[in-house]
Amino acid sequence: MKGLEPLIFEYSAPGRSGVSLPPLDVPTSDSATLIPSGMLRTTEPELPEAAEVDVVRHFTRLSTFNHGLDTGFYPLGSCTMKYNPKVNEMLARLPGFANVHPYQPEELTQGTLQLMGELQADLGEITGMDAFTLQPAAGAHGEMTGILIIKAYHAFRKDAKRRKVIVPDSAHGTNPATAAMAGFEIVQVPSNARGGVDIEQLRKVATDEVAAFMLTNPNTLGLFDENIKEIADIIHGVGGLLYYDGANANAILGIARPGDMGFDVVHLNLHKTFSTPHGGGGPGSGPVGVKDFLAPFLPKPVVVRKPEGSYTLDHDRPLSIGKVRAFYTNFSVVVRAYAYIRSLGGEGLKQASENAVLNANYLMAVLKAHYHLPFDRVCMHEFVITPKNLKSYGVHTLDIAKRLLDYGYHPPTIYFPLIVEEAMMIEPTETESVETLDQFAETLIKIAEEVRTDAELVKSAPHTTLITRLDEVGAARKPDLRWRKG
Amino acid sequence: MNPKDLKYSKDHDWARVEGNVVTLGITDHAQESLGDVVFVEIPAVGATVTAGQSYGTVESVKAVSDIVAAVSGKVIAVNEAIIDAPDTLNQDPYGAGWLVRVEATDQSAMDAMMNAEEYDAYLAAEGDH
Repeated sequence: MKGLEPLIFEYSAPGRSGVSLPPLDVPTSDSATLIPSGMLRTTEPELPEAAEVDVVRHFTRLSTFNHGLDTGFYPLGSCTMKYNPKVNEMLARLPGFANVHPYQPEELTQGTLQLMGELQADLGEITGMDAFTLQPAAGAHGEMTGILIIKAYHAFRKDAKRRKVIVPDSAHGTNPATAAMAGFEIVQVPSNARGGVDIEQLRKVATDEVAAFMLTNPNTLGLFDENIKEIADIIHGVGGLLYYDGANANAILGIARPGDMGFDVVHLNLHKTFSTPHGGGGPGSGPVGVKDFLAPFLPKPVVVRKPEGSYTLDHDRPLSIGKVRAFYTNFSVVVRAYAYIRSLGGEGLKQASENAVLNANYLMAVLKAHYHLPFDRVCMHEFVITPKNLKSYGVHTLDIAKRLLDYGYHPPTIYFPLIVEEAMMIEPTETESVETLDQFAETLIKIAEEVRTDAELVKSAPHTTLITRLDEVGAARKPDLRWRKG
Repeated sequence: MNPKDLKYSKDHDWARVEGNVVTLGITDHAQESLGDVVFVEIPAVGATVTAGQSYGTVESVKAVSDIVAAVSGKVIAVNEAIIDAPDTLNQDPYGAGWLVRVEATDQSAMDAMMNAEEYDAYLAAEGDH
């Protein structure tokens, strides 16, 4: 970034400020009397001192260096970077929603509680689960919540031998990480030649020590595991529970339900499937749904509807795993998801999933003549290709991803899933037109041609971006993390 | 070339047996697939390792990968130099890039490992996906 735009610290001039505060009109106390001396800093924090106009220009300029869904195609596999309709933003900004305070009495927050209660019910209907919590603030947070619910359930039954959680080798890294953090031992089960769970290997590791099997279906290869019923029977047969990682739920809305497949716990990513913003623009939201027998273990409080029709927060949940977040949920995200579900309706959600699957299959069909397709079968919402056919030119997936930047695209997810060497995981989502898909495919085909005629051009990409090829190795080995006064 | 005097696992780890002392590392294919290694985490001398279980991690700019022990036993030496210079793993995976030496209490898991010829064939076949 150096040279493109100074850091905010470099705009700083001593004594400059954005606002002039009026004189203090309340009594003051010396901070030394309020804070223990060991916790009181003795040096200036060196915060930047800048005028409002410089701050606005600085951040506005930085925002123009960004690539987002509002600027271009973003086929980042497994992340479901669909377009977020602006009506969601408008509704989340309604003053009644935007200005509500979590300490307001329930009789004044009935609208927000009703929205949360109805969204829980909608998510339950969509996934086939009986009860939902909206507390978890991200997908991985949802996983942690779900696994802690499973742990609490086994503990409640005094079944202490269940120390293991099974994950497939195609799993998102968060699955084994979550299980490990919750204190379980991880058992990995390999994939079969069709990209699904190897049933025979699963049988070998399915014992009465298994607490849960965590599965993404469709999986990270974008393939639906048709053996899901048999898998559920195997796991339930040994007394384990089935956990559904909802990262890929965008493929199945209105078509298939995890609850019907035999899953006991589900998390959804509202920021993927239900068109709420991702990442830095988030925050995320990872609601967790469970079958009835697990509902007592959900985080508390739970939004419930009283017999006379009003909504309340139920704190009286003795078996609950407790709170997993301050207050109740990332509420403004929940409003956006609610708006999305209500504006599309059941038929609309189904059509969204159908178009997501259609778009992925279309791109896959066009690209498979030009790139290696390791699992050549109908995919769901995403697919994995590799440049294995271009290996002799010394070009790697990373180089192709970097070259896509030159053409104004956000690259696909690369080097994941781990079971496919040099993977490129492409998820176009339902919100892209056929023209956008065609242009993207033509670009990838053109890059394959560039590899054959001028491999160096691709290996040294990007060339036209504000920042060219980064020294990722140098950044990892000798990170320069802090600005210091020059 | 994969040296003839080593044993290889499907996870692309190698083992060199000298009596009851077994040296462990990752293969040339492993380092090539990982790309530039930026961080190596290995146990301290005196730690125990278990055959078939992860005993550390190798991190590259692409991914973090478990390294799997070929034998069970006690770690008697670790390659301290590699912690400061992880790129050694890329340059010399079978020599200066060794990771730990283990005093083996159980070498039975090594029976399932491949010799260099079998490993070459395994690599050629694995390329299908």
